Amino acid sequence: MTSSGSLSPALEMRGIVKRFGATEALAGVDFSLAEGEVHALLGENGAGKSTLMKILSGALRADGGEMRLAGKPYHPSDPRVGRRGGVAMIYQELTLASHLTVEENISLGREPHRRGFLRRTDVRRKIRETLDFLHHPEIDLDAKVASLGMGARQIVEIARAIMDRSRILVMDEPTSSLTREDMDRLFQVIRKLREDGVGIVYISHFLEEVKEVADRFTVLRDGRNSGGGRIAETSFADIIQLMVGGKMEALFPRTIRTPGDVLLSVEELKGGEMSRPVSFDLRRGEILGLAGLVGSGRTETLRTIFGLDPAEKGSVRFAGTSALSGKPWTRIEAGVGLLSEDRQGEGLALTCSLTDNMTLSRLRPYRRFGFLDDSRRRAAAAGWIDRLNIKAGGTEQAVEGLSGGNQQKVALARLLHQEAEVLLLDEPTRGIDVGSKTQIYGWMNRLAAEGKGLLFVSSYFPELLGVCDRIAVFHRGMLLAVRPAADWTEEHLLAAATTGKAS
Amino acid sequence: MKRSARLSSVINRLAPFLGLLLVILIFSLMPEVQSRFLRAANLKAVATQSVIVALGALGMTVVIISGGIDLSAASNIAFTSVIVAAAVNAGIPPGPALLAGVILGGIIGLVNGLLITKLRLVPFIITLGMMGIARGLAKWLAHNQKIDAPLTWLNELMAKSPHPPWLLLAPGVWLMIILAVLMAVLLRKTVFGRHVFAIGSNEATARLCGVRTDRAKIMIYALAGLFCGLAGVMEFSRLTVGDPTVAVGLELDIIAAVVIGGGSLSGGEGSILGSMIGVFIMSLLRNGCTMMGWPNYIQEIIIGVIIIAAVALDRIRHRREA
Repeated sequence: MTSSGSLSPALEMRGIVKRFGATEALAGVDFSLAEGEVHALLGENGAGKSTLMKILSGALRADGGEMRLAGKPYHPSDPRVGRRGGVAMIYQELTLASHLTVEENISLGREPHRRGFLRRTDVRRKIRETLDFLHHPEIDLDAKVASLGMGARQIVEIARAIMDRSRILVMDEPTSSLTREDMDRLFQVIRKLREDGVGIVYISHFLEEVKEVADRFTVLRDGRNSGGGRIAETSFADIIQLMVGGKMEALFPRTIRTPGDVLLSVEELKGGEMSRPVSFDLRRGEILGLAGLVGSGRTETLRTIFGLDPAEKGSVRFAGTSALSGKPWTRIEAGVGLLSEDRQGEGLALTCSLTDNMTLSRLRPYRRFGFLDDSRRRAAAAGWIDRLNIKAGGTEQAVEGLSGGNQQKVALARLLHQEAEVLLLDEPTRGIDVGSKTQIYGWMNRLAAEGKGLLFVSSYFPELLGVCDRIAVFHRGMLLAVRPAADWTEEHLLAAATTGKAS
Repeated sequence: MKRSARLSSVINRLAPFLGLLLVILIFSLMPEVQSRFLRAANLKAVATQSVIVALGALGMTVVIISGGIDLSAASNIAFTSVIVAAAVNAGIPPGPALLAGVILGGIIGLVNGLLITKLRLVPFIITLGMMGIARGLAKWLAHNQKIDAPLTWLNELMAKSPHPPWLLLAPGVWLMIILAVLMAVLLRKTVFGRHVFAIGSNEATARLCGVRTDRAKIMIYALAGLFCGLAGVMEFSRLTVGDPTVAVGLELDIIAAVVIGGGSLSGGEGSILGSMIGVFIMSLLRNGCTMMGWPNYIQEIIIGVIIIAAVALDRIRHRREA
């Protein structure tokens, strides 16, 4: 695999296998990294990149395969062993303690001391040297991390890894929250580390920056190697083809439907969390897909429409009625429902029962003289359990005991029970089994055929192409293009989402 | 499997009750006190002593189920007891004086709720501040002294032997029982009650489902304040004076009662019945220890152990369920 003969392999992974229950997340993946090399690891969501890196760091254990670090067998049992072996991860969500200073963060857990008293002079000198080496002498050792920008925090994290004498750095989407300026500074640091012989695994969805910073690349698809090579000799189109592959058409039920009147009209809407205003219309009987990478502004748009994030300007109109500001309860009364991407944190009250979760957004029909009629509420919940084929111990079971797919069906049942006319679905099929997925596609089709309007956010392009009537693509907060689904291909969607250019 | 799940949920609900029976059993087996402990007269006295903490616990249960806390409860009780004493002293009839106390207690709770939701600060901080403010107001109003007031029917609310005698229990005890039933119904059977549990279980979900979480929280704290106001009236009734230094630290007894009764400080769990049992476990322990002639510090140690044991048992049960 090592095409560049002069470099010795710092890391060698061969035939790595990882299973989660019945699904095979990795089916014999090979990966190697030389000293002083930046190696891009590419693939769509769910291709197995993070699983592979978790095995490398020791956060997960492989079910098969072999790993060698600098020629010696390496099988880390937990991340601390990985760190001691010289493998450091720089995650998307940084792992710094924001209440502590730069110095305290970098020396955390290995504070030099004599009989329990800190000896700070040596460690401060070493940190200074490291930051100078990274060309970031301006970072103040006594500044609280909370006061630093995202770019500087990343440098602190890298400094900590280097102080650890790490020889392999894994950077997972390091630029997703950086400005262009911070990004250039990060790339300088990466080049500096490469000169110093550090091997870097670089995971990113943004192909342009991969081209800018990486030497080699490896593409994973469905838990297998689908290709790789030198990045300078490969075109974007070839890489995208490797990522997408010749995928089978999944079975998406689709009845013929003709979109009707405009149900939801979004004009120049900008919420507090959105970086740019967006405009689009959603018609009755239509499924409009919102494609894009994680963090590209799709979720923020849905939340602003629903009133969970405050709107700053622009307008949202439901079937003609105008409403800019609004809280979720006014939206629900207007017939809008939201299915949250964060099922456990926001979507469901995990310790509450199926009945409570399904009926919480519409308790009014069960209210009689101020009292709740629990038997009718349970009967309604039982009906939805039946119709959606939810596997549960009964209406009064707490939803935390259900599988992911069944939990998601409870969240969907809530929107159905609420009789929402406009359904905002944020990653409704993420992390659930294939059977539940197919059922959710079926329900989406059925709801559209009944004349409801659906906004469908997904990072999985085949399901967008299979289910939607029209698809809009977001790139770094900007809505690029809205086109009929038939005019898009997976390659075009991926290209638009990763490069920001809709061809 | 279904049956065993139902059985374990029944045991869960009964756990505080079993604790109560255990306390009663222990003291009725002690030779020194067994002849006196279970006497009607003694139990009547225990019930009357429990009224103030119980009223506070009714409001606190709702607050704790919603994931909050009210540290200002005891200061609020002292404040309203001073208000009622001052009112009666000024010649205001007992009925309006009682109402004034309850309503002012409610206003303190309302302010708590408004500050928590508008300033977006955690309830601990807001009610910690209100604890000092209400206590200070009470002392100011009373010029740092007890306020004497002429005897009225208000003082019979907490009388040891009720008048007329066919009531059997003091009117305050009856009031406590009726309000406990009403609160249990409110929590279990109304939309407001569902919203309280939903907010405590996951506030983000509740907001997503259209629950007006801010409005509900304001109502929750105002309700807790009303109960403190009523508890303040009872405090005045018991003491026959308005004392601004009364009930210091009582908020912790109230919180302990809710927690012993199965309330979770992280929200989403708790019940009125459980909290009431928690109140009686604590008062029976105090009563029994006093009868045994044990010093005060022994009671404090025992109650401390019970709080930790009750919550630890609760966690173990939860872990088994999951």
